[in-house]
Amino acid sequence: MTQRIVIVGASLGGLRAAEALRAQHFAGEIVVIGDEVHAPYNRPPLSKEVLADQVSHEAVAFRQRASVSDVIWHLGDAAQSLSGTTVTTQSGTRFDADGVVIATGIRPRTIPLAGAASRRMTLRTLDDAVALRKRLQPGAKVLVVGAGFIGCEVAATATTLGCQVSVVAVDEEPMIRPLAVSFGAALRQRHEARGVTFHLGAGIQAIDETPEGAAATLDDGTQLEASVIVEAIGSIPNVEWLEGQGFDLTDGVLCDNDMRVIGGEHVVAVGDVARFPNPLFDDAPRRIEHWNIPTDTARRAVTTLLGDLGLGEGSKESFTPMPAFWSDQFDLRLQAFGLPGLAGNEPSDVTIECGDLSGDVVVAYRNHGRLVGIVGIGFNKELQALRAEIGMAR
Amino acid sequence: MKIVVDMNVCQDHGQCVFAAPEIFSLDDDGHLVYQSDVDEALREKAEDAADVCPLQAIVVED
Repeated sequence: MTQRIVIVGASLGGLRAAEALRAQHFAGEIVVIGDEVHAPYNRPPLSKEVLADQVSHEAVAFRQRASVSDVIWHLGDAAQSLSGTTVTTQSGTRFDADGVVIATGIRPRTIPLAGAASRRMTLRTLDDAVALRKRLQPGAKVLVVGAGFIGCEVAATATTLGCQVSVVAVDEEPMIRPLAVSFGAALRQRHEARGVTFHLGAGIQAIDETPEGAAATLDDGTQLEASVIVEAIGSIPNVEWLEGQGFDLTDGVLCDNDMRVIGGEHVVAVGDVARFPNPLFDDAPRRIEHWNIPTDTARRAVTTLLGDLGLGEGSKESFTPMPAFWSDQFDLRLQAFGLPGLAGNEPSDVTIECGDLSGDVVVAYRNHGRLVGIVGIGFNKELQALRAEIGMAR
Repeated sequence: MKIVVDMNVCQDHGQCVFAAPEIFSLDDDGHLVYQSDVDEALREKAEDAADVCPLQAIVVED
Protein backbone atom coordinates (compact mmCIF):
# COMPACT_ATOMS: atom_id res chain seq x y z
CA MET A 1 0.00 0.00 0.00
CA THR A 2 1.21 3.49 -0.78
CA GLN A 3 2.49 5.26 2.28
CA ARG A 4 1.37 8.75 3.12
CA ILE A 5 2.92 11.59 5.10
CA VAL A 6 0.69 14.49 6.09
CA ILE A 7 2.32 17.86 6.68
CA VAL A 8 0.16 20.28 8.64
CA GLY A 9 1.11 23.86 7.81
CA ALA A 10 1.74 25.24 4.31
CA SER A 11 4.34 27.88 4.94
CA LEU A 12 8.13 27.69 4.75
CA GLY A 13 8.44 24.76 7.19
CA GLY A 14 5.77 22.72 5.43
CA LEU A 15 7.26 23.31 1.99
CA ARG A 16 10.77 22.45 3.16
CA ALA A 17 9.48 19.28 4.83
CA ALA A 18 7.85 18.18 1.56
CA GLU A 19 11.06 18.90 -0.34
CA ALA A 20 13.12 17.07 2.27
CA LEU A 21 10.86 14.01 2.02
CA ARG A 22 11.53 13.81 -1.71
CA ALA A 23 15.24 14.62 -1.31
CA GLN A 24 15.47 11.78 1.21
CA HIS A 25 13.77 9.37 -1.23
CA PHE A 26 10.28 9.10 0.27
CA ALA A 27 8.24 7.80 -2.69
CA GLY A 28 4.79 7.78 -1.10
CA GLU A 29 2.04 10.37 -1.07
CA ILE A 30 2.60 13.78 0.50
CA VAL A 31 -0.35 15.92 1.60
CA VAL A 32 0.18 19.48 2.85
CA ILE A 33 -2.69 21.05 4.79
CA GLY A 34 -2.81 24.84 5.19
CA ASP A 35 -5.22 27.32 6.71
CA GLU A 36 -4.35 30.06 4.23
CA VAL A 37 -5.48 29.82 0.61
CA HIS A 38 -2.02 30.81 -0.67
CA ALA A 39 0.79 28.50 -1.71
CA PRO A 40 3.86 28.91 0.53
CA TYR A 41 5.36 32.39 0.49
CA ASN A 42 8.15 34.30 2.19
CA ARG A 43 6.96 36.30 5.20
CA PRO A 44 9.88 38.62 6.09
CA PRO A 45 9.25 41.01 3.14
CA LEU A 46 5.70 41.58 4.43
CA SER A 47 6.97 44.08 7.01
CA LYS A 48 9.79 45.37 4.82
CA GLU A 49 10.11 45.98 1.09
CA VAL A 50 6.83 44.36 0.08
CA LEU A 51 4.84 46.44 2.55
CA ALA A 52 6.52 49.53 1.13
CA ASP A 53 5.67 48.52 -2.43
CA GLN A 54 2.70 46.68 -3.90
CA VAL A 55 1.88 43.57 -1.94
CA SER A 56 1.21 40.51 -4.09
CA HIS A 57 1.60 36.76 -3.84
CA GLU A 58 3.83 36.72 -6.93
CA ALA A 59 6.30 38.99 -5.15
CA VAL A 60 6.77 36.64 -2.22
CA ALA A 61 5.84 33.10 -3.39
CA PHE A 62 8.53 30.50 -2.83
CA ARG A 63 9.98 28.79 -5.85
CA GLN A 64 9.23 25.09 -5.44
CA ARG A 65 11.56 22.29 -6.40
CA ALA A 66 10.34 20.09 -9.26
CA SER A 67 10.45 17.14 -6.85
CA VAL A 68 7.33 18.41 -5.05
CA SER A 69 5.15 18.88 -8.15
CA ASP A 70 3.05 15.85 -7.13
CA VAL A 71 2.38 17.04 -3.59
CA ILE A 72 -1.32 17.34 -2.75
CA TRP A 73 -2.02 20.83 -1.43
CA HIS A 74 -5.11 21.02 0.77
CA LEU A 75 -5.33 24.78 1.34
CA GLY A 76 -7.81 27.14 2.98
CA ASP A 77 -8.87 24.49 5.50
CA ALA A 78 -7.06 24.46 8.84
CA ALA A 79 -6.37 21.27 10.79
CA GLN A 80 -8.83 20.85 13.63
CA SER A 81 -7.53 17.79 15.44
CA LEU A 82 -4.94 15.06 15.53
CA SER A 83 -5.55 11.50 16.68
CA GLY A 84 -2.49 9.25 16.47
CA THR A 85 -1.44 9.99 12.90
CA THR A 86 -4.87 10.95 11.60
CA VAL A 87 -5.53 14.62 10.91
CA THR A 88 -9.04 16.05 10.63
CA THR A 89 -9.61 19.52 9.21
CA GLN A 90 -12.21 22.16 10.03
CA SER A 91 -14.24 21.14 6.98
CA GLY A 92 -14.34 17.58 8.34
CA THR A 93 -11.90 16.12 5.82
CA ARG A 94 -9.95 13.25 7.35
CA PHE A 95 -6.41 12.29 6.38
CA ASP A 96 -5.02 9.00 7.65
CA ALA A 97 -1.24 8.97 7.53
CA ASP A 98 1.82 6.90 8.33
CA GLY A 99 3.56 9.97 9.70
CA VAL A 100 2.69 13.57 10.54
CA VAL A 101 4.82 16.70 10.32
CA ILE A 102 3.55 19.55 12.51
CA ALA A 103 4.34 22.91 10.89
CA THR A 104 1.46 25.09 12.05
CA GLY A 105 3.63 28.00 13.16
CA ILE A 106 2.40 30.94 15.17
CA ARG A 107 -0.15 33.73 15.05
CA PRO A 108 0.12 37.26 16.42
CA ARG A 109 -0.77 37.92 20.01
CA THR A 110 -3.30 40.73 20.35
CA ILE A 111 -4.02 43.32 23.02
CA PRO A 112 -6.61 41.92 25.44
CA LEU A 113 -8.81 45.01 25.21
CA ALA A 114 -11.98 45.59 23.21
CA GLY A 115 -12.59 48.73 21.15
CA ALA A 116 -12.06 50.20 17.67
CA ALA A 117 -11.85 46.73 16.14
CA SER A 118 -12.04 48.05 12.58
CA ARG A 119 -8.89 50.14 13.13
CA ARG A 120 -6.75 47.38 14.61
CA MET A 121 -4.51 45.13 12.59
CA THR A 122 -1.80 42.53 13.01
CA LEU A 123 0.87 41.50 10.51
CA ARG A 124 1.59 37.84 9.91
CA THR A 125 -0.01 36.81 6.63
CA LEU A 126 -0.08 38.09 3.08
CA ASP A 127 -3.72 39.09 3.55
CA ASP A 128 -2.72 41.05 6.67
CA ALA A 129 -0.07 42.90 4.64
CA VAL A 130 -2.51 43.71 1.82
CA ALA A 131 -5.00 45.14 4.34
CA LEU A 132 -2.36 47.10 6.24
CA ARG A 133 -0.80 48.53 3.08
CA LYS A 134 -4.11 50.18 2.16
CA ARG A 135 -4.14 52.03 5.48
CA LEU A 136 -0.59 53.37 5.22
CA GLN A 137 -1.47 56.50 3.27
CA PRO A 138 0.71 59.63 3.45
CA GLY A 139 -0.25 61.64 6.50
CA ALA A 140 -2.03 58.75 8.20
CA LYS A 141 -1.48 58.52 11.94
CA VAL A 142 -0.17 55.06 12.69
CA LEU A 143 0.19 53.67 16.19
CA VAL A 144 2.43 50.62 16.48
CA VAL A 145 2.06 48.69 19.72
CA GLY A 146 5.18 46.66 20.48
CA ALA A 147 8.80 47.58 19.81
CA GLY A 148 10.23 44.25 18.72
CA PHE A 149 11.58 43.64 15.24
CA ILE A 150 8.18 43.51 13.52
CA GLY A 151 6.97 46.64 15.30
CA CYS A 152 10.13 48.55 14.45
CA GLU A 153 10.09 47.39 10.83
CA VAL A 154 6.46 48.46 10.40
CA ALA A 155 7.24 51.80 12.07
CA ALA A 156 10.14 52.38 9.68
CA THR A 157 8.21 51.30 6.58
CA ALA A 158 5.15 53.38 7.49
CA THR A 159 7.33 56.44 8.15
CA THR A 160 9.01 55.98 4.79
CA LEU A 161 5.54 55.91 3.21
CA GLY A 162 4.80 59.31 4.74
CA CYS A 163 2.78 58.25 7.77
CA GLN A 164 3.08 59.85 11.21
CA VAL A 165 4.20 56.96 13.38
CA SER A 166 4.16 56.47 17.16
CA VAL A 167 5.42 53.33 18.87
CA VAL A 168 4.12 52.28 22.29
CA ALA A 169 5.79 49.49 24.25
CA VAL A 170 6.11 48.30 27.82
CA ASP A 171 9.84 47.78 27.27
CA GLU A 172 12.45 50.31 28.26
CA GLU A 173 13.97 50.37 24.77
CA PRO A 174 13.04 48.88 21.38
CA MET A 175 14.23 45.34 20.64
CA ILE A 176 15.59 45.22 24.17
CA ARG A 177 15.29 41.50 24.74
CA PRO A 178 17.52 40.32 21.97
CA LEU A 179 19.72 43.41 21.61
CA ALA A 180 20.12 44.77 25.20
CA VAL A 181 19.54 48.34 26.38
CA SER A 182 22.57 50.03 24.80
CA PHE A 183 21.96 48.80 21.26
CA GLY A 184 18.20 49.26 21.56
CA ALA A 185 18.66 52.87 22.68
CA ALA A 186 20.99 53.56 19.76
CA LEU A 187 18.46 52.18 17.30
CA ARG A 188 15.66 54.19 18.92
CA GLN A 189 17.65 57.36 18.33
CA ARG A 190 18.03 56.45 14.68
CA HIS A 191 14.28 55.95 14.41
CA GLU A 192 13.60 59.23 16.21
CA ALA A 193 15.93 61.09 13.86
CA ARG A 194 13.68 59.95 11.02
CA GLY A 195 10.49 61.06 12.72
CA VAL A 196 9.23 58.09 14.76
CA THR A 197 7.88 58.96 18.23
CA PHE A 198 8.35 56.45 21.06
CA HIS A 199 6.32 55.98 24.22
CA LEU A 200 8.32 53.41 26.17
CA GLY A 201 7.71 51.79 29.51
CA ALA A 202 4.05 52.39 28.76
CA GLY A 203 1.07 50.07 28.80
CA ILE A 204 -2.29 50.66 27.12
CA GLN A 205 -5.31 51.06 29.36
CA ALA A 206 -8.03 51.54 26.78
CA ILE A 207 -8.68 51.72 23.06
CA ASP A 208 -11.69 53.71 21.94
CA GLU A 209 -13.36 54.51 18.64
CA THR A 210 -13.23 58.20 17.70
CA PRO A 211 -14.63 60.16 14.74
CA GLU A 212 -11.17 60.15 13.13
CA GLY A 213 -10.38 56.55 13.95
CA ALA A 214 -9.15 55.34 17.29
CA ALA A 215 -7.55 56.65 20.44
CA ALA A 216 -5.32 54.67 22.77
CA THR A 217 -5.05 55.72 26.40
CA LEU A 218 -1.72 54.96 28.07
CA ASP A 219 -1.09 54.20 31.75
CA ASP A 220 -0.14 57.81 32.46
CA GLY A 221 -3.29 59.14 30.82
CA THR A 222 -1.66 60.16 27.55
CA GLN A 223 -4.07 59.83 24.62
CA LEU A 224 -2.74 58.87 21.20
CA GLU A 225 -4.94 59.32 18.14
CA ALA A 226 -4.50 56.96 15.22
CA SER A 227 -6.24 55.99 12.02
CA VAL A 228 -4.71 52.53 12.33
CA ILE A 229 -3.26 50.58 15.25
CA VAL A 230 -0.79 47.80 14.47
CA GLU A 231 -0.47 45.20 17.22
CA ALA A 232 3.00 43.67 17.21
CA ILE A 233 3.31 42.33 20.73
CA GLY A 234 4.54 38.83 20.06
CA SER A 235 3.10 35.51 19.01
CA ILE A 236 1.05 32.52 20.09
CA PRO A 237 1.97 29.01 18.82
CA ASN A 238 -0.81 27.28 16.87
CA VAL A 239 -1.12 24.13 18.98
CA GLU A 240 -4.80 24.02 19.97
CA TRP A 241 -5.48 21.31 17.38
CA LEU A 242 -2.94 19.06 19.15
CA GLU A 243 -4.75 18.95 22.49
CA GLY A 244 -5.66 15.57 23.95
CA GLN A 245 -2.65 13.72 22.54
CA GLY A 246 -0.52 13.81 25.69
CA PHE A 247 1.94 16.28 24.17
CA ASP A 248 3.55 19.05 26.21
CA LEU A 249 1.97 22.14 24.63
CA THR A 250 3.55 24.69 26.96
CA ASP A 251 4.76 27.36 24.51
CA GLY A 252 4.69 25.33 21.31
CA VAL A 253 4.97 21.56 21.07
CA LEU A 254 7.83 19.94 22.98
CA CYS A 255 10.26 17.92 20.85
CA ASP A 256 13.48 16.06 21.45
CA ASN A 257 16.71 17.06 19.74
CA ASP A 258 15.69 15.02 16.66
CA MET A 259 12.44 17.03 16.30
CA ARG A 260 10.39 14.02 17.41
CA VAL A 261 7.28 15.18 19.30
CA ILE A 262 7.54 13.80 22.83
CA GLY A 263 4.52 11.63 23.57
CA GLY A 264 3.77 10.97 19.90
CA GLU A 265 4.59 8.14 17.55
CA HIS A 266 5.66 9.01 14.01
CA VAL A 267 4.93 12.66 14.70
CA VAL A 268 7.60 15.34 14.27
CA ALA A 269 7.46 19.14 14.40
CA VAL A 270 9.29 21.91 12.56
CA GLY A 271 9.65 25.67 12.52
CA ASP A 272 8.24 28.33 14.85
CA VAL A 273 5.86 25.95 16.64
CA ALA A 274 8.51 23.42 17.70
CA ARG A 275 10.19 23.73 21.11
CA PHE A 276 13.40 21.75 21.04
CA PRO A 277 16.80 21.69 22.75
CA ASN A 278 19.73 23.03 20.75
CA PRO A 279 23.07 21.82 22.22
CA LEU A 280 24.82 24.63 20.39
CA PHE A 281 23.64 26.67 23.40
CA ASP A 282 22.38 24.39 26.20
CA ASP A 283 19.84 21.66 26.91
CA ALA A 284 16.82 23.94 27.46
CA PRO A 285 14.09 23.38 24.88
CA ARG A 286 12.96 26.62 23.26
CA ARG A 287 11.12 27.82 20.22
CA ILE A 288 13.17 29.83 17.74
CA GLU A 289 11.25 32.23 15.51
CA HIS A 290 14.06 32.86 13.07
CA TRP A 291 13.85 32.49 9.33
CA ASN A 292 16.32 29.67 8.77
CA ILE A 293 14.90 27.43 11.48
CA PRO A 294 11.96 26.02 9.47
CA THR A 295 14.36 24.85 6.77
CA ASP A 296 16.90 23.37 9.19
CA THR A 297 14.32 21.68 11.41
CA ALA A 298 12.35 20.34 8.42
CA ARG A 299 15.38 18.46 7.10
CA ARG A 300 16.18 16.99 10.49
CA ALA A 301 12.56 16.14 11.30
CA VAL A 302 12.17 14.31 8.00
CA THR A 303 15.38 12.34 8.58
CA THR A 304 14.02 11.34 12.01
CA LEU A 305 10.55 10.46 10.74
CA LEU A 306 11.80 8.34 7.84
CA GLY A 307 14.21 6.58 10.20
CA ASP A 308 11.44 5.83 12.69
CA LEU A 309 9.25 4.50 9.86
CA GLY A 310 12.04 2.17 8.74
CA LEU A 311 12.45 4.15 5.50
CA GLY A 312 15.80 5.71 6.34
CA GLU A 313 18.80 5.60 8.61
CA GLY A 314 17.90 8.51 10.89
CA SER A 315 20.77 10.57 12.24
CA LYS A 316 23.01 9.98 15.23
CA GLU A 317 24.60 13.41 15.10
CA SER A 318 23.52 16.08 17.55
CA PHE A 319 21.26 18.65 15.87
CA THR A 320 22.71 22.14 16.38
CA PRO A 321 21.15 24.60 13.93
CA MET A 322 22.57 28.14 13.93
CA PRO A 323 19.75 30.69 14.21
CA ALA A 324 20.09 33.48 11.66
CA PHE A 325 17.91 36.55 11.31
CA TRP A 326 17.92 40.03 9.92
CA SER A 327 15.90 43.20 10.10
CA ASP A 328 15.59 46.15 7.73
CA GLN A 329 14.65 49.46 9.33
CA PHE A 330 15.02 52.54 7.15
CA ASP A 331 18.47 52.26 5.58
CA LEU A 332 19.71 50.11 8.46
CA ARG A 333 20.20 46.42 7.91
CA LEU A 334 20.76 44.35 11.00
CA GLN A 335 22.15 40.87 10.56
CA ALA A 336 22.33 38.44 13.44
CA PHE A 337 23.44 34.92 14.25
CA GLY A 338 22.89 32.83 17.34
CA LEU A 339 20.61 33.81 20.20
CA PRO A 340 21.74 37.21 21.55
CA GLY A 341 18.79 37.12 23.95
CA LEU A 342 20.66 34.46 25.95
CA ALA A 343 23.36 36.95 26.96
CA GLY A 344 24.09 37.21 30.66
CA ASN A 345 23.48 40.32 32.76
CA GLU A 346 27.11 41.32 33.35
CA PRO A 347 28.33 44.48 31.60
CA SER A 348 31.04 42.36 29.97
CA ASP A 349 28.40 40.08 28.42
CA VAL A 350 27.49 42.63 25.72
CA THR A 351 30.51 44.10 23.93
CA ILE A 352 31.15 46.16 20.85
CA GLU A 353 33.56 44.16 18.66
CA CYS A 354 34.04 46.83 16.01
CA GLY A 355 32.58 50.18 14.99
CA ASP A 356 30.26 52.08 17.33
CA LEU A 357 26.56 52.12 18.10
CA SER A 358 25.86 55.32 16.18
CA GLY A 359 27.08 53.83 12.90
CA ASP A 360 28.18 50.49 11.53
CA VAL A 361 28.82 48.12 14.40
CA VAL A 362 29.23 44.50 15.48
CA VAL A 363 27.93 43.62 18.95
CA ALA A 364 28.77 40.30 20.63
CA TYR A 365 26.62 38.64 23.28
CA ARG A 366 28.12 36.21 25.81
CA ASN A 367 26.97 34.08 28.69
CA HIS A 368 29.59 32.83 31.14
CA GLY A 369 32.28 33.49 28.58
CA ARG A 370 30.60 31.64 25.73
CA LEU A 371 29.63 33.59 22.65
CA VAL A 372 25.85 33.10 22.22
CA GLY A 373 24.99 35.68 19.59
CA ILE A 374 26.26 38.43 17.30
CA VAL A 375 24.42 41.32 15.68
CA GLY A 376 25.88 43.63 13.10
CA ILE A 377 25.15 46.64 10.96
CA GLY A 378 27.70 46.62 8.16
CA PHE A 379 31.08 44.94 8.91
CA ASN A 380 29.83 41.80 7.18
CA LYS A 381 33.23 40.14 6.98
CA GLU A 382 33.89 40.62 10.69
CA LEU A 383 30.38 39.41 11.50
CA GLN A 384 30.75 36.27 9.41
CA ALA A 385 34.11 35.51 11.03
CA LEU A 386 32.58 35.71 14.51
CA ARG A 387 29.72 33.44 13.51
CA ALA A 388 32.01 30.43 13.60
CA GLU A 389 32.77 31.09 17.28
CA ILE A 390 29.16 31.00 18.47
CA GLY A 391 28.67 28.29 21.07
CA MET A 392 32.40 27.99 21.76
CA ALA A 393 34.10 29.05 24.98
CA ARG A 394 36.17 32.18 24.61
CA MET B 1 24.27 23.50 -14.31
CA LYS B 2 24.22 27.29 -14.03
CA ILE B 3 23.89 29.44 -10.93
CA VAL B 4 22.33 32.88 -11.24
CA VAL B 5 22.21 35.29 -8.30
CA ASP B 6 20.20 38.48 -8.58
CA MET B 7 22.87 40.83 -7.26
CA ASN B 8 20.31 43.66 -7.02
CA VAL B 9 18.52 41.58 -4.41
CA CYS B 10 21.47 39.91 -2.63
CA GLN B 11 22.31 41.47 0.73
CA ASP B 12 25.39 39.39 1.53
CA HIS B 13 23.79 37.40 4.34
CA GLY B 14 26.24 34.60 3.64
CA GLN B 15 23.82 31.73 4.28
CA CYS B 16 24.70 30.27 0.86
CA VAL B 17 28.39 30.34 1.78
CA PHE B 18 27.72 27.99 4.66
CA ALA B 19 25.40 25.79 2.59
CA ALA B 20 27.69 25.48 -0.44
CA PRO B 21 31.20 26.85 0.16
CA GLU B 22 32.32 25.16 -3.07
CA ILE B 23 30.19 27.64 -5.03
CA PHE B 24 29.75 30.76 -2.89
CA SER B 25 32.14 32.91 -0.88
CA LEU B 26 32.49 36.42 0.51
CA ASP B 27 35.30 38.67 -0.72
CA ASP B 28 37.51 40.83 1.48
CA ASP B 29 34.76 43.46 1.66
CA GLY B 30 32.16 40.91 2.75
CA HIS B 31 30.40 40.88 -0.63
CA LEU B 32 29.18 37.74 -2.36
CA VAL B 33 31.17 36.13 -5.15
CA TYR B 34 30.15 32.86 -6.78
CA GLN B 35 30.84 30.46 -9.63
CA SER B 36 28.18 30.49 -12.31
CA ASP B 37 29.16 27.24 -14.06
CA VAL B 38 29.00 24.44 -11.54
CA ASP B 39 29.50 20.70 -11.81
CA GLU B 40 26.29 18.64 -11.74
CA ALA B 41 27.60 16.76 -8.68
CA LEU B 42 27.00 19.91 -6.63
CA ARG B 43 23.33 20.22 -7.58
CA GLU B 44 21.98 19.25 -4.16
CA LYS B 45 24.28 21.74 -2.43
CA ALA B 46 23.33 24.45 -4.91
CA GLU B 47 19.62 23.77 -4.26
CA ASP B 48 20.30 23.91 -0.52
CA ALA B 49 21.98 27.28 -0.94
CA ALA B 50 19.02 28.59 -2.94
CA ASP B 51 16.67 27.37 -0.18
CA VAL B 52 18.48 29.15 2.63
CA CYS B 53 18.91 32.50 0.88
CA PRO B 54 16.83 34.95 2.96
CA LEU B 55 16.24 37.09 -0.10
CA GLN B 56 15.53 34.10 -2.35
CA ALA B 57 17.98 35.61 -4.83
CA ILE B 58 19.59 32.37 -6.06
CA VAL B 59 18.31 30.43 -9.06
CA VAL B 60 19.72 27.05 -10.10
CA GLU B 61 19.26 26.57 -13.84
CA ASP B 62 19.61 23.34 -15.79
